Amino acid sequence: MTLDSKVPKGPIKDKWTTYKDKINLVNPANKRLIDIIVVGTGLAGGSAAATLAELGYNVKAFCFQDSPRRAHSIAAQGGINAAKNYQGDGDSVYRLFYDTVKGGDYRSREANVHRLAEVSVNIIDQCVAQGVPFARDYGGLLDNRSFGGVLVSRTFYAKGQTGQQLLLGAYSAMNRQIGRGKIKMYNRHEMLDVVIVDGKARGIIARNLVTGEIERHSAHAVVLGTGGYGNAFYLSTYAMGSNVTAAWKAHKRGALFANPCFTQIHPTCIPVSGDHQSKLTLMSESLRNDGRIWVPKKLEDAKAIQQGKLKPTEIKEADRDYFLERRYPAFGNLVPRDVASRAAKERCDAGFGVNATGEAVYLDFAAAIQRYGKEQAHVKGLDESDSDLVIKLGKEIIKSKYGNLFQMYEKIIDQNPYETPMMIYPAVHYTMGGIWVDYNLMTTVPGLYCIGEANFSDHGANRLGASALMQGLADGYFVLPYTIGDFLADDIRTGPIPVDTTEFDDAEKNVKDKLDKLITNKGKYSVDHFHKRLGKIMWNKCGMSRNAKDLKEAIIEIAELRKEFWKDVKVPGNADEYNEELAKAGRVADFLELGELFAKDALHREESCGGHFREEHQTEEGEAKRRKEFQYVAAWEYKGEPKDAVLHKEDLKYEDIEVKERSYK
Amino acid sequence: MELTLKIWRQKDANDKGKLVDYQLDDVSPDMSFLEMLDVLNQELIDKDEEPIAFDHDCREGICGMCSMYINGRAHGPDREITVCQLHMRSFKNGDTIYIEPWRAKAFPIIKDLIVDRSSFDRIQQAGGFISVNTSGNTQDANNILIPKAAADTAMDAATCIGCGACVATCKNSSAMLFVGAKVSQFALLPQGQIEAADRVRNMVAQMDLEGFGNCTNTGACEIECPKGISLDTIARMNRELMKANI
Repeated sequence: MTLDSKVPKGPIKDKWTTYKDKINLVNPANKRLIDIIVVGTGLAGGSAAATLAELGYNVKAFCFQDSPRRAHSIAAQGGINAAKNYQGDGDSVYRLFYDTVKGGDYRSREANVHRLAEVSVNIIDQCVAQGVPFARDYGGLLDNRSFGGVLVSRTFYAKGQTGQQLLLGAYSAMNRQIGRGKIKMYNRHEMLDVVIVDGKARGIIARNLVTGEIERHSAHAVVLGTGGYGNAFYLSTYAMGSNVTAAWKAHKRGALFANPCFTQIHPTCIPVSGDHQSKLTLMSESLRNDGRIWVPKKLEDAKAIQQGKLKPTEIKEADRDYFLERRYPAFGNLVPRDVASRAAKERCDAGFGVNATGEAVYLDFAAAIQRYGKEQAHVKGLDESDSDLVIKLGKEIIKSKYGNLFQMYEKIIDQNPYETPMMIYPAVHYTMGGIWVDYNLMTTVPGLYCIGEANFSDHGANRLGASALMQGLADGYFVLPYTIGDFLADDIRTGPIPVDTTEFDDAEKNVKDKLDKLITNKGKYSVDHFHKRLGKIMWNKCGMSRNAKDLKEAIIEIAELRKEFWKDVKVPGNADEYNEELAKAGRVADFLELGELFAKDALHREESCGGHFREEHQTEEGEAKRRKEFQYVAAWEYKGEPKDAVLHKEDLKYEDIEVKERSYK
Repeated sequence: MELTLKIWRQKDANDKGKLVDYQLDDVSPDMSFLEMLDVLNQELIDKDEEPIAFDHDCREGICGMCSMYINGRAHGPDREITVCQLHMRSFKNGDTIYIEPWRAKAFPIIKDLIVDRSSFDRIQQAGGFISVNTSGNTQDANNILIPKAAADTAMDAATCIGCGACVATCKNSSAMLFVGAKVSQFALLPQGQIEAADRVRNMVAQMDLEGFGNCTNTGACEIECPKGISLDTIARMNRELMKANI
């Protein structure tokens, strides 16, 4: 198999425009004859379903939640990037493109990223037209803030709930089409296999999670917008139900899986509190606009804090180490996520952590409260030297910007972050790797498309903040609806795809056999038992920093755990009823395969880049060291067991950006 | 701490259902309420009993999936949070905790603590949108000026997570806070004006069709709403409806 990215020829600025001009279209009358399945209803799947229906295709949309509005895009907090240059601070499509490729440590596909930057501006226009209530300034214009890894303010936001507002926008666009009968919505349904007919993806097998019924659904094309696989780590900022199952089934049916080891560990999450913990909570990157990250300078102060004998507010300014500002003066607290996470880990590993477990650093708003308070006092003509007044006014501004985040923090930790600094630690947050797609967002299986976080293409080895929302909506609203037409133009005479064929029989049998096996296994341990153990291996050996020895061990341990799972897992209840344990078991079974491929990929990639840090490959200052010979996408082909997966390479060429040392100093 | 839990068990929509007692001996105050239920479910699975079915997903208070009536209050004793954000430090050693599903005619029970809230989706499908196509070729976003106060108030209404606590807590099982929130978001924005009359009429008609009750201005919904959505949204919806019908 040779990987053809199908990137159009010509100057990068014109590729997308020229390509769109020449692509095959399906006429409106013929679109009515074509069915499309969209799995997942987050920003990517939801916006794709709405747009495809709008264009006239018959869409069937699936989500495992009780409503499309609950997809985990809803939890994205900080914002969405767009090259609008409303602030007049030097932003442009090129600069957004450049920042994204550099931020991804030169491991993304140049042409896709440029297209993303181009359509970013349409997203904001679209969302405002839909009634998304973005933050505005007093003149009634849209407001922006700054995010990590960039030197401009291009992030649009709706308080700390931007993902929610954008998803509800896509959901409302879907609702309009559901009301018109152009989208048939299947809530509480989980996709358990892709059906391939004559080499093309022509349908799915889904399980109705309420009744347990196994259903056959056919279409002329299948689109996966099923999100990332960070829950392989058990603890992450993902929703409990987020899973790799749909993507993994596609992989098993021939879709290559690219760069599985590229995982984003987000620097500002609430630290782990105990063994009962079921998930981790993100504190938005936007907080780094105003919060300063520090640990004590003196080891004895750190020890005293860990033992609860000293409070952070008692440590003098001179005894604090603002380590990001110290190491990266140009970007300071707004370095990219991978850099910030590793720097926090470095301090904690050296013993300077600030909670009982020693795995936390401070995120402090005291300086921002002072700054805003003085500004407000000045604006209102009040006494700037009245410190109580300044603090009061400053807190009001912080509340208006980050109120919901501060409330979330207080509920979980039981401390007031207006009075004492937040404690934060890195956690698994996003996966840059995913199903390999070409420029059309089509996988290596004809007719099977993959969009949003579930694919691999735009973020390279590290994603910049506020770019996930941008990519999800770009793929769903503005890219896929064009490119899918090129494939479907051949299907205008095909007619409905029948479901009473041997291909559907086989896929359904495959699904039912697996469910039966899980139910009848009657082993000793629950699904969570295995999931937690997988998570520990992943975090300890495939986490923020990796080495060959650990990765080799991880591969063996995960393979053994997988065997143990199939021998010893216990799933209560039956398959023909609502059974959350059964749904979970299927997902964990897939994580146990993905996890091994993940470690294999990380072992093979003998370099450090973005979120993938190999201890063997670092500079003297401990920064990631890229290697030219790894300037490719590692796309893995399924061959039975993860250990037998075959590597295919897509070489990455940078014609419009000079590949440089990635420096934020 | 040690706790006694009285949890509603109901096999499916046709089953009568009943409260069943469970004991937990080692609950940490740092656990979230759902993590406490995870521990109980783990014990039940170990004993070959059926775990308790409950809806949950994001566990950070934004997806709106979790939905439990705890000691007679939607989302439990704390203000402006969802069940997943409720922590066990809100309870004390020896407490007995009643856990029940949302109860409303328009939210039929699926199993145990899980209810069917698709009636909410159908109300949104009736008009909870602005009819703009998804081409991206609309006017530039900054051509629509919106006063900051209007944008902020629209945002406050738009933060509704669709959990249904308002319905569950209302003695009339009214969905007016939910509908009022969506109507308000669009009523406050210039983009929403074009279809304002049809929107409010269609959404209210669907709400009535689904079997939700009426509002008698008790205000319990506002108190229990995890996002603090204001009763003003109901007043605004009534005003919009009146405007539409005159």
